[in-house]
Amino acid sequence: MLWYLVPSVIMFAAGVYGFCTRKNMIALLISLELMLNSADLNFVVFNRFLFPGSMEGMVFTLFAIAIAAAETAIAIAIIINIYRAVGNTDINSVKQMKF
Amino acid sequence: MDSVANIILYFVVALCIAVFSVMTVTSRKILRAATYLLFVLIGTAVFYFQLGYQFLGAVQIAVYAGGIMVLFVFSILLTRRPDDKAPLLASHRRALGIGLSLSGLVLLLLALFFMPLVDGLSLSECLESGMSIDMATIGKAFVGTDRFQYLLPFEAISVLLLACIIGGVTVARKR
Repeated sequence: MLWYLVPSVIMFAAGVYGFCTRKNMIALLISLELMLNSADLNFVVFNRFLFPGSMEGMVFTLFAIAIAAAETAIAIAIIINIYRAVGNTDINSVKQMKF
Repeated sequence: MDSVANIILYFVVALCIAVFSVMTVTSRKILRAATYLLFVLIGTAVFYFQLGYQFLGAVQIAVYAGGIMVLFVFSILLTRRPDDKAPLLASHRRALGIGLSLSGLVLLLLALFFMPLVDGLSLSECLESGMSIDMATIGKAFVGTDRFQYLLPFEAISVLLLACIIGGVTVARKR
């Protein structure tokens, strides 16, 4: 069980590094996906090894994947809209909103 | 995990996930970062298959590796030239990121290796003692209203996806 959690920890640390250092919004979103994916893997591993008689971790991971898909679609729509208004997708160039 | 094939598969996939997730956040070309993220997601799907959750692995490949990656690639190609490189990082930002992620990594690994929950159950024992998760079980769990059945969250997710479609069209349309 331990050994399935080690890649998940590495994934999460890489996501934190990317989230702190990147400036492009799409790269930030990619780092966010890494962290979400590591949390999903943790749910499934704990379900399989600690509670093998039930499937709650799997169901929760299914819901998390669906919500992550919705969130990514909305975020990319917002990013494309910002690109149309500002001209690039750096987080430093978005310092003021329209209103 | 006791059979040799399982151990070899685990090590290959774990190495893949570790290397590609680090390359995702260190690569300076963003289209390459998206490709490495695709490899990480497929490796996670292989883990799901190995742990006995076939439906979850299929959903991971279809939704993440299929849908979200296409969204990422299209938005990258719409917003920047594919051969653009990200500028080099300022040293204090890099130090902040490395410090945060390394301290988090060390803390999580310490917590992992001193975790009191670890029992010696191997994967094949868990797979044999656990319930078999076939499509009938999953379908009944999603449309029932008893204990451990999830009709209300299922409907909430469907409303959320509808709102997501409308919101995406409203936000991204041309004025």
